[in-house]
Amino acid sequence: MAAEAPKKKVEGLPEKVHVWPYLVRLELLCAILVAIALTVWSIVIDAPLEEAANPTKTPNPSKAPWYFLGLQDVLVYFDPWFAGVVAPVFIIVGLMLIPYLDVNPKGNGYYTYTERKVAIWVYSFGFLVLWIALIIMGVFLRGPGWNLFMPWQFWDPHKVVALVNVDLPYAFGVRTYNMAMLFGGAVVSGYFALGTAAYFFMERKAIKNVGFMRMFLKIQLYLIMLGMVIKIVLRLGFNIKYIWVTPWFNI
Amino acid sequence: MAANKPEIPSLADIVAKVKSGEIFDEIKKSIISSQVWTSSFRHGYADTPRNRVLQIVSNVWLHLHPVKIHRHALRIRFTWCMGGITFLLFLSTVVTGVILMFYYRPVGEYAYFDMKYLQYDVPFGMLMRNMHRWAAHAMVITVWLHMFRVFLTGSYKPPREFNWVIGVFLVTFTLLLSFTGYLLPWDQLSMWAVTVGTNMARATPFLGHEGPFAEFVGVTPRYDARSMLLGGSLVGPPALLRFYVLHCIFIPLVAGALMIVHFWRIRKDGGISGPL
Repeated sequence: MAAEAPKKKVEGLPEKVHVWPYLVRLELLCAILVAIALTVWSIVIDAPLEEAANPTKTPNPSKAPWYFLGLQDVLVYFDPWFAGVVAPVFIIVGLMLIPYLDVNPKGNGYYTYTERKVAIWVYSFGFLVLWIALIIMGVFLRGPGWNLFMPWQFWDPHKVVALVNVDLPYAFGVRTYNMAMLFGGAVVSGYFALGTAAYFFMERKAIKNVGFMRMFLKIQLYLIMLGMVIKIVLRLGFNIKYIWVTPWFNI
Repeated sequence: MAANKPEIPSLADIVAKVKSGEIFDEIKKSIISSQVWTSSFRHGYADTPRNRVLQIVSNVWLHLHPVKIHRHALRIRFTWCMGGITFLLFLSTVVTGVILMFYYRPVGEYAYFDMKYLQYDVPFGMLMRNMHRWAAHAMVITVWLHMFRVFLTGSYKPPREFNWVIGVFLVTFTLLLSFTGYLLPWDQLSMWAVTVGTNMARATPFLGHEGPFAEFVGVTPRYDARSMLLGGSLVGPPALLRFYVLHCIFIPLVAGALMIVHFWRIRKDGGISGPL
């Protein structure tokens, strides 16, 4: 009798509980807290209103709303057709495809890192680094001319940054336009072809279970995401402007 | 006199009563048995399982809920409460937004001065505007966090794949709602932010006049994806009107319809996710 171990309180409780009152009261409490926070925030801090809109007076820097500044920062590394149109479409479509590409049955409905390491790494990298970190950089560190300024630096509108970027084919000694186009095309298509082939080789046992289409789409999305990182590294580290220049588009 | 003196409870007694919860029962009992209460409410609420179910299923607002949920769904550490907060913030922007619409005209000549009027002359105008803007910004953040939570718990996995797709639409529409609203103050901040944002549309492949392959389609600065969005070749009064209609009517209707599907599918897909 005395030696019996104390039972955990959780044991013996029913698995399901009534929504009224247990959930409804939590929702009410949460709503009250949010309402108070929003009211206090709105009393203390005023929404900004600058001078009237003037199409003849362009501010420097001109910034998009803060939640798009990650994309605006990608404009440094890519042309608008990619950074402003194709990349957002890839983000939206890629997010929608997640449930259909991730066939790992584990980790459904609970927090786990060990059972789905790759998925968590990829999503966290995309969300926290490529989206949130770029937004923070765009809001706080991008000054006039979209130049990089540290928080303690003066936003000098006349800051001169030498444009020493060259295209990748030029850096490899290709000087004629047509050869450069061929070279760039070979690099870009080679990147995707080799990346896809390497992935299919490494995951060859999974093809039967996962399916060809799923694996193909998944690796294309991974390669696009990784390609954006590679392009950023090439620009920042090696002053590479474009990898592939064509009469119609540049990458 | 001394016999009528009320007994003063000791501090230890009060602490003990608060700790045991006994004091709340006593307060509740004294309120419910008071004349004001008994004259106002004709009968009490018996806390029976049947009544708990009826509270949910016979209430048009609450019947969105199931009558029972898994215990883990109550834990803030599991849900972060972000989906619910996002919806609450959306409702806040609807209420404050309707009030703002009484004072704001989406016309180039008036819009900015209506903002000034709202801020300086309309009672609580500044507060309404602040609440609308901050709720919108907060909603962007909470919807991202909701999505992050849903990803981390793997809640997009079968059978909830389609509700994740609806959710991605809702994230997109949240951003578009915020973006279209950004133009309406019609000040330098809004005009140039929207100029930067919509300039991207002219680089749309095939459909933007500066985009790849535009020469094969024959789009011009006055006739392409961007001009369709703006009603002109720059962010001017027609763009203001278009963004106003998109912001106040079109996107809220579409997002509202998607929210209905989103919430309905939570129930149909087996309620909030949890360990199988």
